[in-house]
Amino acid sequence: MTNAEQTATTFSADAFAPLAQDQDVQSISRPSLSYWQDAWLRLRANRRALISLWLVVGLLLFTFLGPVIWQIDPTIQDVEQISQAPGANRSVTLVAEYEPWQGQGSSRFAFAETPTTQSVRLQWENFNPSYGYRVYRTPYSIGPERAFGLPLAETLDPFFEDRLDLRPMNYYYTVMAIDADGANTNNYHTIEGTVARVITLEDARSRGLVTTQANPPIGTKYEFAWHPLGTDYLGRDMLARLMHGARVSLFIGFFAPFLYVLIGVIYGSTAGFIGGVTDQAMMRFADFVVALPFLLFMILFKVMTNTGPGESGIIPMLFAMVVLLWPATARLVRGQILQIREEGYISAGRLLGAKTNYLVLRHMIPNTMGVILVTVTFAVPSAIFTEAFLSFIGMGVAPPTPSWGSMCNEGIKTMLTHPHELIFPALFISITVLAFNMLGDGLRDALDARMRNRE
Amino acid sequence: MASYALKRLLQGLITVWFIATATFFGMHAVPGDPLTGDKALTEKIRENLEVKYGLNQPVITQYGIFLKNLAKGDLGISFTQENRRVNDIIAEHFPVSATLGVLAIFFAAIGGILWGALTALYRNRLPDTIIMLLVILGISVPSFVVAAVGQLSLVNLNDMAGTSVLPVGGWGTVWHMIVPSLVLGLSTMAYLTRLMRSSMLEIVSSDFVRTAKAKGIPAAQIFTRHQLRNAILPVITVLGPSIAAITTGGFVVEIIFAIPGLGRYFVQAVQQLDYTVIMGTTVFYGAFLVFMVILVDLIYGWIDPRVRLE
Amino acid sequence: MVEPPATDSESAFAQTAGKQLLVFGGVAFVAIAILMLALQALTNLMASNTTTAQAIDDVNNMISIAIREEPPQLNSTVATDASSGMIIGHVFEGLLRMNAKDQLEAGIAHKWHVTDTQVHFWLRTDARWSDGSTITAQDFVFGWQTALSPEVASEYAFLLFHIKNGRAINAGELPASELGVSTPNDFELIVQLERPVAFFDKMVTFPTYLPVPQKFYQATAGKYGADASELLYSGPYTISNWVHGSSLLLEKNEHYWDKDRIAIDKINIAYITSDSTASLNFFKDDKIATTTLTAENLDSALEERWQIKKHQDGAIFFLEFNHRKSHITQNYNLRRSMQLVLDMEELVYKVTKLPGYLPGESLFPEFLMGVETHFRKEYPATKNVLDRVRAREHIKLAKHELGLEAIPPLMLLTGDNAVSNIQAEWVQASLKKHLDLDIRIDKQIFKQRLAKMTAGEFDMVLAGWGPDYDDPLTFGDLFASWNLNNRGRYASDAMDGFISQVQDSVDPATRMRLFAQIQQLVYDDVVILPMYERGVTYVVHPRLKGMKRRVIGPQVDFTNAYIEPVSVN
Repeated sequence: MTNAEQTATTFSADAFAPLAQDQDVQSISRPSLSYWQDAWLRLRANRRALISLWLVVGLLLFTFLGPVIWQIDPTIQDVEQISQAPGANRSVTLVAEYEPWQGQGSSRFAFAETPTTQSVRLQWENFNPSYGYRVYRTPYSIGPERAFGLPLAETLDPFFEDRLDLRPMNYYYTVMAIDADGANTNNYHTIEGTVARVITLEDARSRGLVTTQANPPIGTKYEFAWHPLGTDYLGRDMLARLMHGARVSLFIGFFAPFLYVLIGVIYGSTAGFIGGVTDQAMMRFADFVVALPFLLFMILFKVMTNTGPGESGIIPMLFAMVVLLWPATARLVRGQILQIREEGYISAGRLLGAKTNYLVLRHMIPNTMGVILVTVTFAVPSAIFTEAFLSFIGMGVAPPTPSWGSMCNEGIKTMLTHPHELIFPALFISITVLAFNMLGDGLRDALDARMRNRE
Repeated sequence: MASYALKRLLQGLITVWFIATATFFGMHAVPGDPLTGDKALTEKIRENLEVKYGLNQPVITQYGIFLKNLAKGDLGISFTQENRRVNDIIAEHFPVSATLGVLAIFFAAIGGILWGALTALYRNRLPDTIIMLLVILGISVPSFVVAAVGQLSLVNLNDMAGTSVLPVGGWGTVWHMIVPSLVLGLSTMAYLTRLMRSSMLEIVSSDFVRTAKAKGIPAAQIFTRHQLRNAILPVITVLGPSIAAITTGGFVVEIIFAIPGLGRYFVQAVQQLDYTVIMGTTVFYGAFLVFMVILVDLIYGWIDPRVRLE
Repeated sequence: MVEPPATDSESAFAQTAGKQLLVFGGVAFVAIAILMLALQALTNLMASNTTTAQAIDDVNNMISIAIREEPPQLNSTVATDASSGMIIGHVFEGLLRMNAKDQLEAGIAHKWHVTDTQVHFWLRTDARWSDGSTITAQDFVFGWQTALSPEVASEYAFLLFHIKNGRAINAGELPASELGVSTPNDFELIVQLERPVAFFDKMVTFPTYLPVPQKFYQATAGKYGADASELLYSGPYTISNWVHGSSLLLEKNEHYWDKDRIAIDKINIAYITSDSTASLNFFKDDKIATTTLTAENLDSALEERWQIKKHQDGAIFFLEFNHRKSHITQNYNLRRSMQLVLDMEELVYKVTKLPGYLPGESLFPEFLMGVETHFRKEYPATKNVLDRVRAREHIKLAKHELGLEAIPPLMLLTGDNAVSNIQAEWVQASLKKHLDLDIRIDKQIFKQRLAKMTAGEFDMVLAGWGPDYDDPLTFGDLFASWNLNNRGRYASDAMDGFISQVQDSVDPATRMRLFAQIQQLVYDDVVILPMYERGVTYVVHPRLKGMKRRVIGPQVDFTNAYIEPVSVN
């Protein structure tokens, strides 16, 4: 209304006609949103949370769609390709079937045949017939410190066949005369040779490199199957193992924390809200559960659930984790609820006649969401590692079922020589943790009641 | 306060009794017993051994004997560490685990609180991003990897320096403790950082901080008195169980760094079904944990006056 | 979420708060330093510290080593494990001992004489316990009676069953005084045997045959061997300090009769860890003088250019079948089919990958001696020729005999360590690949595995056996129907017959022929599938010489070792 001057006017009735509704004064600039709708909107606006959502989707695809696309059996072992790094040379030459060999004698130290991964055959002049020889092998030059490398065998014969873990690389072989006590002498010879990777016809057929009818000549070149992420200590495909391992690790890493945090939240908020004697009793029970020795009860659950040999053992593990690990969350939530219970808005809510359920669900839990989500984010890796630790001491998933944690366990031993066996599973665990962390962050921002007005 | 503490201690005693009972019967329900060995025993010898260790009696009688001895503070003699009393084992090895654990918790708590506060302060800026990435690394690498890498870097450090800068393993001096306790405390530190950050962020946007700012209270005082003090609360709640987890969970670190802690005796005892050591360590740790929880609750009440201790 | 631009007041606040944090950080740092100093003071009081020394300490003429496990105790009458065996081998000496070339030589007995069922030992008069008292024949008698006592319930009591009435005393049927030993005077010991034993002189080098000082033993009130102070020593070293779980210090025994032959004054067992990578790191850091290598860290050892050695430790590992009627593995054709496809050479050369390992061919490992030379040279084991086609025929036969459409999944029991897991996975994959058999791996921790083995809850189990004494019989009687260590309950009249005959015989040629028959029967009837003979690959400090690894007795023996002086160039 303008600042019109007051004048004496007479009003007629038609002057009071209702104003035409040409403008919707009651309209709200945004549609009314429930707590969850609002949270979803804000989650979508959070770039990091979105990335993490995509990561989670990616992990799920990797787990469930991966094995459909990459149809390699993760249990197939290939002793010819043990601990192969990704991108290693895969070429292989056809040789004849292995025949035992007894040496022919030679006037000098030499390879009796071209050294191959099937066998390396050495022979030499019998220069120390009474006490015999020790044969050494090393991939590095001998040098002044006389680092002969691996002692392969002691023999009285002037020939030796090496079949131990031969890899397609350069080796130095030393034949050392030993004395009566079996000690090394200064009388030794060294030769150098490059081992070629070979395969027998039967093996090539079983790998499908050669058809059953075909009879290719010796010396034909082939390529071994491709392992994009290399192979493990038994020559199994790492990618396939990671995909199958994801089922165990993500299952444990997702369900166990979800379930025990859920129990913890319900338990903790109940205790915190009711308070008094009930709270005391409930928290003492939580203390009791916390102090139970995890390992012992893990064994017990396995016995109780009657897990037979060869069964994966995931369910008893999940059960044990859920039953034994909830109290930490419960304590945390209870602590928060105790604090919030005294807040002014709760008293106000109560005064306004809010029901207990409403107070807990709408005010208390959303306000503890931040802490709860942090707990969940951390529970994910700790559940994955608990599984690894249990697998390690023989109470986790049964071999050959892989899991990321147990793959890490195996990989750590060859950390220096075959780093890919540790790095890939560790990387996948990291990605999972990262994804859940960022998602947790995003969810926290989205769900936290106090963040609602901060846009 | 004193009467409250006393009441809690009494309740704690009952909790410990429950723990002991559950563990005792749980342990006896597991197939096998401590007498099963690599070499088979003849019936006669087995009987003799069972009599010697009182295993020939019904479990409930054994339980009664155990409780009677427990009341006297006697935890019995170990089955695997023959001729050693469980009391001695705990007395000798717990201080080692505790020292390592206290140091680890100290590192974790101080690191966690400081880093957490820092990241909250610089939220979504560079320091926050860097620290949070480190935190994720800290929790996504399992402890056995951290321990192995830690030890390897010590070897390389000594190798490069040409002398023993820090010992690679063993126990004795402060220098032996630094790396193992850091390794042990790392994941807890990461957890606490994360927890501290999130609770800090909640506090920053809370009404009383805003009011304090509006009242013109000096920034330093707001930060310390209002923000830090309130944000530490959830950290303290988890600290109690963490202490117990760290002192018991040192198994991997103890093995790799050759530290004579109680952790490996416990794991070994479970694997060997060494009844007396299992019971001894469980009761001891149970009591320790319950005590820690009570302590934390008392501290909690002291820091946060809103939480009334009846 | 888009963060609102920081206002001046906010950044000022952050700055102040940051400063505040910095102060707190400083305080925390000081607090940690103080805490550490306090802990240092505290640990000094507790004295549970590791003596940090270099691997070779010239000043003290000392070497440092690591062991895998803490010895449970060092009571020689009940000790069974490798750690105890190693330490006992350094601090005790019995009647006879093995020299550096594994030949029997005089110990506390300077002379001995073996007749049919009687062995006479003459003890030297200058042998002393570490408290200066004389070691007498009665100490041996007391030690043996203790080991045989049913109350002590020693796992190794059976080693004394060769002595007359030993078995009956152990069973509680006769009093200990009835043991067939007599002591005409303090320095003579006459042993009556139950029946002639071909290798009794070698037996007395074993820890169970060590002397125990009666008065001292009784004074310890049941704690004999539990601590350094709860022992008297008869051997080259004494334990001067034992910090449980952490370290042991062995020092030269001044009362040892033959102390001049000991070159190293102190052996510092500085670390106890079962982690092989940790041991390797201690070695790399020059903190210990020797360590074993695993297949995983061979490459690093080669790269470090260390002197690598190997040794066969005499243990064999095998796939043991359950021969109980309720298990289908009692079917010969099923077992035979597995024998025809499992390539133990592949296992050893590609999977275990350590140079000391040998593909399993026989129940009897290579170190065992026959009549003239090694038993396996005199009686080579039948070479197992793999044949997948015939293996499938045997499977068909097995199905027919068992009346089964398909072979149900077989349970393979295995331990919880990484090495046996890999082997179990290899067995599983091999049998699947060649015979399409489904194997379920039942991975169990130590006690549960033993409990299941004893109860027969398995179809196949990865088992191993190490020699208890230096005679083929230690392996040969394993599958007697009455042997409790025959967990698969294999029972055949032929096997029992051979074993009874060999136990009754002292003629070397007859015994070896019988062992050869046992070896053949194990192969023909597929009682077990020998997988490999274990080897140890290890490195030793280049200046530590004369360290000996043994098959029987202490695994590592430093009594002949010495530190090579630094060569002056």
